[in-house]
Amino acid sequence: MSEGTIQPDRPQVRTGDTPDLFSKFDPVIAMREGLLASGVEDPFSLVMEKVLSPTRAICNGRETILLGTYNYMGMTFDPDVVEAGKQALADFGSGTTGSRVLNGTYQGHRDVEDALREFYDMDHAMVFSTGYQANLGIISTIAGKGDYIVLDIDSHASIWDGCKLGDAEIVPFKHNDIEAMEKRLRRIPEGAGKLVILEGVYSMLGDIAPLAEMVAVAKKYGAMVLVDEAHSMGFIGDNGRGVVEQAGVMDDVDFIIGTFSKSVGTVGGFCVSNHPKFEILRLVCRPYVFTASLPPSVVATASTSIRKLMQGSNKRAHLWENSKTLHQGLKDLGFQLGTDTAQSAIVAVIMPDLERGAGMWEALINEGLYVNLARPPATPANMTLLRCSLCAEHSEEEVHTILGMFERAGKAVGII
Amino acid sequence: MDRAEVDTTIRKLAEPFNKKGVAITETTTFAADLEFDSLTVMDFVAEIEDEFDVIISMNQQAEIENYGQLVDAVHKLQAN
Repeated sequence: MSEGTIQPDRPQVRTGDTPDLFSKFDPVIAMREGLLASGVEDPFSLVMEKVLSPTRAICNGRETILLGTYNYMGMTFDPDVVEAGKQALADFGSGTTGSRVLNGTYQGHRDVEDALREFYDMDHAMVFSTGYQANLGIISTIAGKGDYIVLDIDSHASIWDGCKLGDAEIVPFKHNDIEAMEKRLRRIPEGAGKLVILEGVYSMLGDIAPLAEMVAVAKKYGAMVLVDEAHSMGFIGDNGRGVVEQAGVMDDVDFIIGTFSKSVGTVGGFCVSNHPKFEILRLVCRPYVFTASLPPSVVATASTSIRKLMQGSNKRAHLWENSKTLHQGLKDLGFQLGTDTAQSAIVAVIMPDLERGAGMWEALINEGLYVNLARPPATPANMTLLRCSLCAEHSEEEVHTILGMFERAGKAVGII
Repeated sequence: MDRAEVDTTIRKLAEPFNKKGVAITETTTFAADLEFDSLTVMDFVAEIEDEFDVIISMNQQAEIENYGQLVDAVHKLQAN
């Protein structure tokens, strides 16, 4: 991102009065230039020169505590996970160079789908090359022309893009509003297919959906239900199956979408389901068919990690402790947070505006703490957020160190 | 409900969203003239949907640029 915008302009000469296709990006370019002109360090061009552990890295020459990764369960440096990847790299090579439906299904791809079936105790599992593609593929394929998709307005970009790629009628409702969802389901014409799309944890504010109530309403209107559990896998629910498990609605949900790039600690996406015809999707789902499959080392690390996450109850308990301590500590310091209590491993600190948000981000990075700066349009209600996501490998002492950093930075920038 | 009645009802619903008090005609656009952002659009659409007990899907919204088109669309939807 940064390289492109620090080069001098080299205007293209176009014939006639044809517009520059890049003109549409002018507001974003202006916003970025305005932010950097205020002298803050660019929050969107951080490079990690060395990664020391799931919770520490060298960023711009400084040793930094990582509080903005999705490495919730700290699996990225797990010795068994790393060893499985090395072994697969040696045995199967660096990549498959092919689609899952042609030459791209190795033993490891089958094995990771077995691991997912065991993890969720469900009949079918289908692995995609990224979580983004899992949503893109499943949503656009199962909801077609004449069908209705009813979804939360704060849904992730991959869900919206899945809607856009398909031909269904798209009907959003106000975030987590059960009544607004029910009204829309009630108005759908008789005989139309219905898909309700929800997320377990909404990643911007770290709040969870009232799934018990919402899934019951969806079922009352005969809708199929898809829940994206990207930010809860491995952590929420007794077996780490997500908010669907915590809410007791595993059996009523038709599809769970997830990712390997968060708790699992690598990259890839998946869908699990008990639908008897599920396997046909392997032939008709374009984002699954028309892309290369994951490298053997990636699926080997993923299956090892998933199987270890099944035994992760101690780590889950520690991550809850960390999340609650950080949430309460930040609240006591006077920061405004996205939720009243800790609902997930994401704690969102609401900034008054982008300028002070960037100032706070810079003050924290100088303290040696990395958090995510999130800004519109990724955020709900045009908020600027400093998003903190905890890891099971953060020690209790580290969480207190982090709170000290927030206190000094917040006072320096004048937010608390 | 005839078109004039639909117009009257929607005009009333639009009032609280029309922060600058723009005079609304058939050709008034939501994006350029009324400066509705995506959140305002969602709230405004929800009010209309509840009032007329209809669904205006995002696919349909994409076709609606000005006030007259909105009245036409709602008139047609509530007649069905």
